[in-house]
Amino acid sequence: MNNIQYVAPQSIDEAVAAMAAANGTGRVLAGGTDLLIQMRAGVVSPGIIVDVKKIVEMTTIDETSGGYRIGAAVSGAVIGEHARLKKAWPGVVEAINLIGSKQIQGRASAGGNLCNASPAADSVPALVAAGAIVTVQGPKGRRDVPVEKIHAGPGRTTLQPGEIVVSFTLPARPAGSSDAYLRLIPRTEMDIAVVGCGVSLTIQNGTCTAARVGLGAVAPTVLLVEDAAKALAGSRLDDKALEAAAAACRAACKPINDKRGTIAYRTKIAGVLLKRAAGIAAERAGRK
Amino acid sequence: MEVPSSSADRRITGSDITRRELIGTAVVTGGALVGGPLLPGFIPEAAAQAGTPPGTLDLALRVNGTDHHLTLDPRTTLLDALREHLHLTGSKKGCGLGQCGACTVLMDGKRMKACLSLAALVEGREITTIEGLVRGEQLHPLQAAFIERDAFQCGYCTPGQIMAGVACINEGHAGSPEEIRDWMSGNLCRCGAYDNIVAAIQDAARAIGSGRGG
Repeated sequence: MNNIQYVAPQSIDEAVAAMAAANGTGRVLAGGTDLLIQMRAGVVSPGIIVDVKKIVEMTTIDETSGGYRIGAAVSGAVIGEHARLKKAWPGVVEAINLIGSKQIQGRASAGGNLCNASPAADSVPALVAAGAIVTVQGPKGRRDVPVEKIHAGPGRTTLQPGEIVVSFTLPARPAGSSDAYLRLIPRTEMDIAVVGCGVSLTIQNGTCTAARVGLGAVAPTVLLVEDAAKALAGSRLDDKALEAAAAACRAACKPINDKRGTIAYRTKIAGVLLKRAAGIAAERAGRK
Repeated sequence: MEVPSSSADRRITGSDITRRELIGTAVVTGGALVGGPLLPGFIPEAAAQAGTPPGTLDLALRVNGTDHHLTLDPRTTLLDALREHLHLTGSKKGCGLGQCGACTVLMDGKRMKACLSLAALVEGREITTIEGLVRGEQLHPLQAAFIERDAFQCGYCTPGQIMAGVACINEGHAGSPEEIRDWMSGNLCRCGAYDNIVAAIQDAARAIGSGRGG
């Protein structure tokens, strides 16, 4: 076994410097629920582990003039206990809270879920639907990226060498807005999505004025389905609009056959989940 | 990794006793021996062989109210630190992948899977293992309830079930069998003792008086 270093910097600048100095052998550790398993399996063998859990900006949730900034290393349990965030973005919170078991929730973070880059990552379709902006910091400074631009393929991201995901920003929204995330799994808990679907809506006077749809586990990356959003926006979420949006979801699917589901099954389910998630989001939006 | 067999370790344990005897002795003496290999001057085997190798960490872990000073490979999980270095073998290694919950311990009172945390991550935190629940001869109410309800067969998952159950009760998530099943879903029992585990948690929640709410 090679020697390995562990550092726990207090600031993002120090963390970025440590990653840059590692020359590609650095790995960020937030909750560790993916990294430790990959290390044990020999999939990765980092030269340096950069623990970001001691960096305040990465481990706190702030309210920002109607929106929210969620540190990338905030655990699912902390997010689930944030009452106002849960009220504003119930779909984002329920998606993050679906990652693993209760104990995993105490460690696992949305930043880790994103950077692990599984096409089936539960939090990502909900964050895509939410229009989350990811703040990334690297040797060349900071940049803001729409969350759907981070995944490049299974296990691969568009992050540049030495870059760290710092936080997610969820925008302020008008009254009558809400969201929902649904995933299909064969069990009731602790499984990997066959399909996941996040829907975020704004409803005013019974008409859907804005919509975003994220789909997971049906393509090499989590998808932003703009055609589905177009079908919902401007409608009263009637059957015709929902079917058009479901058809757009099915058309966007480029899934694989595997033990969890066939191409045909995943494609069909993508439409079903869109309709159900839109219904839940609309009901929540109406209650606000 | 084997139990350290360095001369320092033998000096402390006093004889060439086996691992199981060591554990047995430690339990009988209330865990006093557990800190033995960590007395000042003890050098872990790896460190002794390599001088002071780069890539090791000096850590202070607080486990069951006692501070321990360890020199570890940074990759050492909390579970391995507990089992192989502190000889607290109550926490079990089931899957090593965060799925089964047999390694559940409490960190500052909250449950976590020790196999998915590096020891380095919990420095300065209060770790409680199954060995830390007993008060003298007095079992924790949930330990007593597990015995009363026969809430295990092989017993391998039991320490993790009990630690998760203690947290479940403290969090106020033991209000109904359904709620308990939901909040205990991170702990698997291949013997299928779930009904009795739920009953034991209900009993203990009533005994502790915090089963409401959640």
